[in-house]
Amino acid sequence: MTSSDSHVDIRGLHFSRGSRPIFAGVDIRIRRGLITAILGPSGTGKTTLLKLIGGQLRPDAGSVHVDGRDLAAMNRTELYAARARMGMLFQSGALFTDLSVYENVAFPLRAHTRLPESMLRDLVLMKLNAVGLRGARDLMPSELSGGMARRVALARAIALDPDLVMYDEPFAGQDPIAMGVLVKLIKTLNESVGVTSVIVSHDVPETLSIADYIYVISNAKVIGEGTPQQVMDSGSAEVRQFMRGEPDGPVPFHYPAAGYREDLLHG
Amino acid sequence: MAEQRTPGARVAGLGADALAIVEAVGRAGIMLFHSVATVPNLRTALPLLARQIYAIGVLSLVIIIVAGLFIGMVLGLQLYRVLVDFGSEAALGQLIALTLNRELGPVVTALLFAGRAGSAVTAEIGLMKSTEQLSSMEMIGVDPLRRIVAPRFWAGVIAMPLLAMIFSSVAILGGWLVGVEWLGVYDGSYWSAMQNSVEFGEDIGNGIIKSLVFAAVCIWIAVFQGYDAEPTSEGISRATTRTVVYSSLAVLGLDFLLTAVMFKGF
Repeated sequence: MTSSDSHVDIRGLHFSRGSRPIFAGVDIRIRRGLITAILGPSGTGKTTLLKLIGGQLRPDAGSVHVDGRDLAAMNRTELYAARARMGMLFQSGALFTDLSVYENVAFPLRAHTRLPESMLRDLVLMKLNAVGLRGARDLMPSELSGGMARRVALARAIALDPDLVMYDEPFAGQDPIAMGVLVKLIKTLNESVGVTSVIVSHDVPETLSIADYIYVISNAKVIGEGTPQQVMDSGSAEVRQFMRGEPDGPVPFHYPAAGYREDLLHG
Repeated sequence: MAEQRTPGARVAGLGADALAIVEAVGRAGIMLFHSVATVPNLRTALPLLARQIYAIGVLSLVIIIVAGLFIGMVLGLQLYRVLVDFGSEAALGQLIALTLNRELGPVVTALLFAGRAGSAVTAEIGLMKSTEQLSSMEMIGVDPLRRIVAPRFWAGVIAMPLLAMIFSSVAILGGWLVGVEWLGVYDGSYWSAMQNSVEFGEDIGNGIIKSLVFAAVCIWIAVFQGYDAEPTSEGISRATTRTVVYSSLAVLGLDFLLTAVMFKGF
C-alpha cells in the first residue's frame, strides 16, 4: 500500500488523562475513500481518538498525520483550515441550540464561504434533502427527535463537502428505524462521494454491515484489526468476547474486589 | 473521622493550590489573548457584537434602572438626615452626585452586572461546552474564542460603562425625588450644587475609567469560567457561582486600589 492511500496515519500514539493511559503505542491507518471502524468497549477513548485526529487534543507522544501533514506541527490558523476539510458527527448531535435547522446547516457555509444567499439556500436544502429533512428546515433543535437531530448534524457535517467524515457513536441510543437510516446515509455518502469515513462505535452488527476495515481497541492498545470477517474470526479471546458480546471472559464481569466470601463474612 | 494531615502535607497542599491559581490565571490570559488579539471580520463580528450588547446590556437595563432608583432614593433620605442637622441640605445634590459618579455607580453596576449578565454568560458558555457545541464549532473550523468569547467580552466592556452612567443618572433622579419632591430641598440648589462641584474629568471621567476596568475584569472572569467549566451540570453550577463571587471580590478590591490612585489628593 502506498502512503497516498492513507488519509489519516497514526503512529506510536501515546495519550493519557492524568495518570490514566488512554493510548499506549497505538498505530492506525485510515485508508482514503473507505469506511474504517474503530470498535471497543465504552471508556476506551474512542471519542478521544477522534479529537486527536481533529487536532482538538495533542498526543503526548507519537504522531497524527492527516493528508500527510502532522497536526502537531500546525499553527492555530492552519489547524482551523485543516478542520474545514473534515466533518464530524458528534454523539449528541451538538447542534447550535439558538439556530434553526436551516441555520445550523448554513453555519459552516456562512463561516467559510461568501456565497450569495440564493446559492447558499440551494446548498442547504440539498444537504437537508440528502438526510431526508428538507421539510424540517424551520424547526429548532429542541423540536427534533434524537435521530432527527443526528441527521441534521450529519447534514451540517457534510455541508462543506469534506474529504473526511468522523462519526462518534452514530448508532448509540437510536431506535431501529433511525439506526437503519443512519447506516444507509453513511454508506451512501461513502459510495457516492468517496468520502473517507471513520466510525467509532460499540454497536457491532451495524458497524460490521458497512465497515471496510476494523480496528478493535481495548486497554489503550489495538487488540485486533482487519476486514469484518477477519475480525469476527480473530483468534484473540478478547476480540472474540467483544465482537460476540459475551458477558464474561478476558474482560471480567466483576469489577476487581476482595473475595466475595471474605467480604460477606468480615464486612 | 477527618483525615489528619502532617504539616508537610499541608504546606504541599497550599503550594498545589497556589500553583493551580497561577495556572488558571495563565490559562485565562491565554484565552483572552487568543480571543481579542485578532483583526475581526466586521461582516460577521458586528452582528454578533450587536446581539451580545442586547443580551448583556439591554436586558440588564431593568435591574440597573430599578436598583439605581432605589439607591438614589435611599441616599437622598440618609444624606438629608445628616445634612439637615448642619443646615446644609442644599449640598444634597452635590453629595449624591459625587458618591454616585465616583463610587456607587461603577461599583454597584459591576456587582449587579456580575449577578445578572456575568452568571448568564458563564452558564451559557458552560452549557455550550457540555453539549459539545464548542467542540463542534472547532471541528467546523470556526474558532469559538473568536465567535463566542470575543463578542461577549467586547459587549461587556462596551455595555457596562453605559449601564453605570444610566445607573448614576437614574439614582440622581431618585435622590431628587426624595430630597426635593418629598423632603423639600430647594430644587435650584440641588442641581446648582451638583453643577458647581462635579468635575467632568476627575469625577465623571474617573468613574468611567473605573467602570471600564470593572467591566473588563467581570466579563473576563465570566467568559473564562464558562469556557473552563467542567462540562457537567455540577461543574457549570460551580462555575456560575465562582463568576459571581470572584467578580464581586475583584470589583471591591480593585475599587479600593483605583480610588487610592485616583483620589489620593482629596
